[in-house]
Order: sequence, then structure tokens, then C-alpha cells
Amino acid sequence: MKTKIFPIFLIITFSIIFFVFYKGLQNSSIYTPEIKSKIKIPNFQAKEFFSKDKINSDQIFIGNEYYLLNIWASWCIPCKEEHKYLMDLSKKENIKIIGQNYKDSLDNAKNFLAKLDNPYDLIFLDNDGTIAIELGAYGVPETFLIKNNQIIKKIIGPLNQNLLFEIKKLIQ
Amino acid sequence: MASLIGYYSLIFGLGVSILIVFLSIKNFNHTQKLDTKVTSLVFLQLLFVIISFSGLILSFAYSDFSNETVFNHSHTTKPLFYKISGTWGNHEGSLLLWLLVLTLFIFVFLLKSKNQPKQYKILTLLFQQIIIIGFFIFLIQTSNPFNHVFPVPKEGLGLNPILQDPALAIHPPILYLGYVGTSIIFSSALAAVCSNNITKMWASHIKKWVLVSWIFLTLGILLGSIWAYYELGWGGFWFWDPVENVSLMPWFALTTLLHCVLVLEKKLILTSWVVILSIATFTLSMCGTFLVRSGILNSVHTFADDPERGLYILIFLFILIFLSFFIFLIFHKSEKDNNQTFYLLSKETSILVNNWFMMYFLSVVLIGTIYPIFLEVISSQKISVGPPFFNKLILPFLIPFMLAMAIGPKLKWIKSDIEDKIYLIVFFVISLTLSILIIKNLDINFLYNTILITAAFYLFFITLRDFFHKRYRNLSQITAHFSFSILILSILFNNIFSSEIITNLRINETYQTQNLKINFESVKQENRQNFIAIMGKFIVEDQSGSMEVMQPELRIYNQPNIVTSEADIKTNIFTDKFMTMNYVQNQDYFNIRYQVKPFMIWIWISTLLLCFSGSLSLIKKKYEN
Amino acid sequence: MNILKFLISIIFLINFFSSDLKARNLETEITKNLRCLICQGQSVYDSDSEFANSIKILVEKKLDDGFNEKQIYDYLKDKYGDWILYDPGFTKNTYFLWLLPILMFLFGGAIILRKVILKKKKL
Repeated sequence: MKTKIFPIFLIITFSIIFFVFYKGLQNSSIYTPEIKSKIKIPNFQAKEFFSKDKINSDQIFIGNEYYLLNIWASWCIPCKEEHKYLMDLSKKENIKIIGQNYKDSLDNAKNFLAKLDNPYDLIFLDNDGTIAIELGAYGVPETFLIKNNQIIKKIIGPLNQNLLFEIKKLIQ
Repeated sequence: MASLIGYYSLIFGLGVSILIVFLSIKNFNHTQKLDTKVTSLVFLQLLFVIISFSGLILSFAYSDFSNETVFNHSHTTKPLFYKISGTWGNHEGSLLLWLLVLTLFIFVFLLKSKNQPKQYKILTLLFQQIIIIGFFIFLIQTSNPFNHVFPVPKEGLGLNPILQDPALAIHPPILYLGYVGTSIIFSSALAAVCSNNITKMWASHIKKWVLVSWIFLTLGILLGSIWAYYELGWGGFWFWDPVENVSLMPWFALTTLLHCVLVLEKKLILTSWVVILSIATFTLSMCGTFLVRSGILNSVHTFADDPERGLYILIFLFILIFLSFFIFLIFHKSEKDNNQTFYLLSKETSILVNNWFMMYFLSVVLIGTIYPIFLEVISSQKISVGPPFFNKLILPFLIPFMLAMAIGPKLKWIKSDIEDKIYLIVFFVISLTLSILIIKNLDINFLYNTILITAAFYLFFITLRDFFHKRYRNLSQITAHFSFSILILSILFNNIFSSEIITNLRINETYQTQNLKINFESVKQENRQNFIAIMGKFIVEDQSGSMEVMQPELRIYNQPNIVTSEADIKTNIFTDKFMTMNYVQNQDYFNIRYQVKPFMIWIWISTLLLCFSGSLSLIKKKYEN
Repeated sequence: MNILKFLISIIFLINFFSSDLKARNLETEITKNLRCLICQGQSVYDSDSEFANSIKILVEKKLDDGFNEKQIYDYLKDKYGDWILYDPGFTKNTYFLWLLPILMFLFGGAIILRKVILKKKKL
């Protein structure tokens, strides 16, 4: 009796392992953090891009307007790609675009804006990248749609036509 | 052209496989001796694989970009040495290397086992052919190294610069000799079960193969570690990364098997266990291949992942598992030694204890590596299992393990008493005092570290005494245990005594602490064959006033465009000084990491000594015969 | 005699190293236990990606603000999930992870005990 149970037990175990590996193959091995919706944006302090004045996050995101927070840098190549979509959005009246200049040199960043135009209503500096971490970002570019101090949508990587469309629909 | 020949050789090789299977089955019951035709066919198969492999090497050497593998992994400006080593630096080429080693080993096996029973030899060959055919089909179907690109590109995509390194050029072949060597153990164990040939003679015959695989696997892991140490620029040598774990699992199984075979050589006990271990060893190698090649795990060293390949290996792996499982169930004679028991103080028991711990270590590594996959599939939660897990579960168990390693070999077969009790106690007291002296001034967990280091010192002293005391008896065993103690000691000391400085420096700036001064003298730029080197020059002065010039390097490779950081390492027998320099985005300073890592070289030396002890055992066997 | 010489040289060695010592750095300990999201096989400590560098600065800041180790881990886990920690901890997700190897160890021990002790009793 005992001799029969053991092989059967082993066969079942192996079958389960096979099944799990098989299922596991279909999952991506690259980790991306789960995107939680409706998180409150943290409180942070930063310097304004042009004036170098200190501003607090609650001075940036006021009331129940829509804000698009975009993390960018002049050295980031995908940022150039998504720039035209930001320009497009900046023509909309009911959304304010906030730029977060990530680990950039001021001169390069200014050149970047001079060359490609400035879609941002306001830009603040994130020289050491810690504000990005407060926001739960981990790369450039990343974009957050914010309303009522809450993140309603988070986009990792550059914007594209579809995402632009989605954002426009959300803020209608 | 070379690609075309290579491809057709593969097809022919597969064809020969089928001939071999056919002929061996015919030969199985007919004649008394093994048909020489079979051996010739095996040689022919080896020849085809060699031609195919040479074809790929030639395509790489001549940068024939009409070949997809070459196009994806090579570049004209690469030095010839790395063009050639690039052959096995990618998925397709390395699988071809697998196949080469598989066919080479079975050929050598047939040549070397003239005295073995014919049926056993044929069965081994058949099982090995199952594996070989599996790999042929895998190669041709999903990872053909000879795919054609049209139109022919002018330039290739280049080899990842961190792979352009001498240690990593020879690491895969050596490691595969170890990995694939286990296939012979697998086939031969299954054959021995089928033909009821598990004898003392079989044990001493298979021991050689166990030793060979074990030596190469150890050496392969060592090379990988050395490479990670100086090339990845982190100053570490073992990260409990899945790919490293995967090579460690068959190593544990092989080490266990090695000890068991030693028992089986002398006494016909533990037969089932030896067979299970032989099967497990190769299964673990295959499982490792699956985990690495399918991209199911997230690792620093993953190959390009492709679920189709993963699925193929997975199915193949489980066919082999179930095949061996049923063969074992059906053919294995229920043991006579089942009721045999051992005395507490006997060599048999001490070897069982070794097995016990080894299997535990194996289970920790195995479970730690694949657990995240299970958790994700079952509950879609993602977690990481990293160094803290392995350290917590493995390090404490090293204490009894090392004590057993010190005492175990002193015991005799069947029944014995511990001799030289006084010596054993004296050495223990010495080890304990020494450890307390070392640990007492440090800001770390006193009790735990003291006990750990005591155990390591104990093993060290006991084996050291055995060298002088026992003269040349059991030399390989003593050397192996001795080098293991040095390995553990140097790893522990390296961990405890390493210190480091991380700072940002501009040119001409000086960083100063109480006992150290680092002066960033200059930077110069040089153009090399396929990269631009940016070399920093630093002068490190310690409190005794001795100066050392360190020249870490940044390399900007042309194709693919990747910046790597080359550490400058100054090694002496006590300590390594290790400096890396890193570029910081948009700043005029560099990030400097300076580390002092004591006993680093002893980690390498002790592992080499471990390999050497294995070779000793191999030579001794020959001499006795 | 040989052993004595050896002891002396080892004690000498120890003095040699203890001069160079620094207290263990909490920041290093923490960053070694954090996994980088950009180069996913490396720890934050080992990695030089922008993300890892920012995390290093953040950990330093948080330590200055009086956060302890656990608070920093919780803070980062909240942002990036459990995945970011190399130490899986003992939670409901990891009971099996920790207990299975230990069970294997006990199981193996039981088998060996049965083989060894039984004979002794018979005698």
C-alpha cells in the first residue's frame, strides 16, 4: 500500500510543477509595479524652473482642476518623441501641464524647450530624483493625470496617439 | 557557405542518431560484443556536430552577416578572439556547444568502458541518444544557429560588451562540460537499473564521470564568479542570482552523489539513493537550462527569452523526468539493503549526514529560486527572494555541517570510535579562542559569528593536522575538506572585514578620511579597437603613507553603444583593493567606489584547490588500477 | 610548532585588518536589500542607474529624518510593491518559502535517525 502512495504522490507533484512552469512561461519576467488608482499625491517641496523660487506641491495642484504631471529631461530620447503630444494637450483649456525636470542640467533643459517649444504651464526641478520616487515613478518619461490631489492615471514611458486620446476623453 | 555546411551537418547528425538507435537495438540481443559499427557511428555523429560547430565558428570569425546568429551577436570591429568566443556567447551557439559536449562525452564513454557489460553499454548509449535527439530537434526547430538573413546586412549588431572578456570566453565551455557531463551519469544510471548492473564495479566506473563533471562544474562556477567580481563592477562575487543558483543546484547534487558513490564503491548499500541522485543531477541541469533559457526568471544574465523555446525544454524536461521515474519504478529491484542500518559512529553515517545537509542546501536554493514563479502563478503576487533569504537559511546550517566535515572522515567503515579525543578538543578550544579574539571588537552579532567562525576554523585545523598526520592517505579527501574550510573562512572574513568608500570626485579633487586619502589626478582618453577608453588616474594613500596608483576605466563601446565600467584591482595575498569609476548624468564629477576586500584571492585559490583535490582522486584511481 | 607559527601569523593578520575598519553602515545594509527596478537583477546598492542613485539619496534623507529601517522598507513597499525587497520576510505569502526547506531538513533527519538508531536498540 505504502509503495503505491508514494509514486502517485510524486506523479501529482511533478504534474503540478509542470503546470506551474507552463503557466509561468506566459507571465512576463519583467516587473512593473501595480498601478494603483486614486492615490493621494504626496506633499513635496521643489524649486521652480525659471525663477528658482521654492514652491510647495499644494501650491502647484490647486482645486479640482485637471493636471498633467510630466517627468522629463533633455537627455531622455523618448521625451523628444512625446513632446508633440504634450504640445497638443497644452492647447486644451481645461488641463494644466506641469513639468518635472528630472536630473537635468539647466542649460540643456532650456535649450530643449527653446528648440521644441514649451508645453508646460509650470516646471519644477527634481535634481536628485527623489521627488520622482515620492510619486512612485522609476524612469523618464512618466506622466500622471491628477485631479483633486489624486492620481487618476499613470503612464509609464512616452505618450502616444492612443494615450493622448484617452487623456482627452478622461478630461472631457 | 560555412553556414550551409553547418546546417546540413546538423541534419545528418540527427539522421545518424536514428541509425544508432536502430543498430543498437538490433545489436542488443544478437552478438556477444558491442558492434564496432555502433562505435563508428557515434564517432560519425560527433564528427558532424564538430563540422557544424566549426561552421558556426568560421561564420563568426569571418563576420558572415548572412547568418542571423552572427548578425545578432557580432560586429566587424570586434577583436578576433571575441568574435570566436561570441560563438557560444548566445543562445543558439551555446546550445550547439551543449550538443557537441553531449556527443563528445558519449563517444569517450564508449571508448573508456570497454570492460563493462555490453547490454549496459548499449542501454547507456540509447538513453544518451534520447537526450541527443531531443537537443537536435530543439536546435533545428526552435533555435537554428544557421538561419539566413536576406538582404545581407553590412554590419552586425555586436556582442554585449560585458561578455567581451577572457574569463567569460572560456566560462561557458567549461561550465557545459560540467553540466552536460551529468547526462552520462543519468544515462548510465538508468542503463544500470535496466540491466540490473548496480554493482561496486559500476560505482567505481561511474565515479570517474562524477568526478569529471564535478571538477568542470566547480571550475565553471569559479570562472563565472571571478568574471562577476571584476566585470560587473560591484565588487561582489556571488549574488544569489537565479542563474548562479541554477549552477549551484547540480553542484550540490553532484557533491552528494560523489560521496555516495564512495560508499557504494566499498559496500553495496544506498543503491536506490545513488540512482535517484544520478537522475536528479541531470534533471537539475536541465531544469536550470529551462529556467535560464525560457526567460521565466528575472536575472542579470538572461538570454533573449522566447516562450516557444521555454515550452520545448519544459516538455522535454518532463518527458525525461517521467521516463526515468517509470524506469526506476519498473526495473529497480526493491533493495536488499533496505533494512540495513548503520552505527552512529561510522563512515556510512557520516556520509549520510553529508547527504542530509547537502540535500537541505539544495532544497533551499531550489525553493528560493522557483518560489516566486509559484507564488505569481497561484496568487499573482510578485516578490523577490534574494541574498537575505539564502544567508538566513544556509549560514546557520553550515555550523553543524562543518563540524561533521571535520569529524566524519576520521570514522571507519561499519563501526568505530573517535580516536585522538584530546586533539579534537584542543583544536576546538583553539578555534573558539581565535574566533572570539577576532569578533570581540566588531560591531556585529557576537555569538552567531563566533560560532560560525569557530566551526570553520575547527575544520581548518583538523584537516590541516591530517595533512601532516596521515601523510598521503586520503589526500584528495583531506585537500577537499581543507580547501572548503579556507573557502568558507575567506568568504566570512571577506564579508566581515570589507570596507568601502563611495564618493563623488572632480578632477584634481581629494577625498580624505582619517586613514585614507584619494586623489583624483587626471583623466585621459584613448581610442581602442572597438571602444573608447576613459581612464582615470587616482592616487590612494593610506595612513602608513604607502601609495597606490589606481586606474579604473570607463569603456564606451561602439556597437552596441554601451558604457561599461572596468574596475582596477590591486591584488595581494592579504587583500584586494578595488576601484571603479562611474559616469554621472549631467555632472562634471565621477562617482568613485573604492573597496578594500580582504582574502579575496583565497576564495579563488581555495576553489581551485577544491578542483585540484577532485583531480587527485581521479589520478589516484588510475594509479591503483 | 607549525601550528603556533600559524596562530601568530593569523593574529597578526587580524590586527592588520582591524585598523582599517569602519562601523557597518545602515544605509549600505538597506540599499543592499532593495532591488533596482531598472536593472532588475541588481540591488540598488550595486546598480548605477538613475533610479538606484535616487533611491540611495532618498534612503539617506529618510535616515536623516529619523526613519528606521522598517519604516523605509514600508515606505518603498507602498510605492513599488513587495517585489522591491530582496528579503521576502515571513508573511502569509512566504510561509511555504521558509518552512518547506526546514521541513525537508527535519524529514531527512528523521529518515537518518530511523536508519541509525534502530540498530542500536536491537543490540
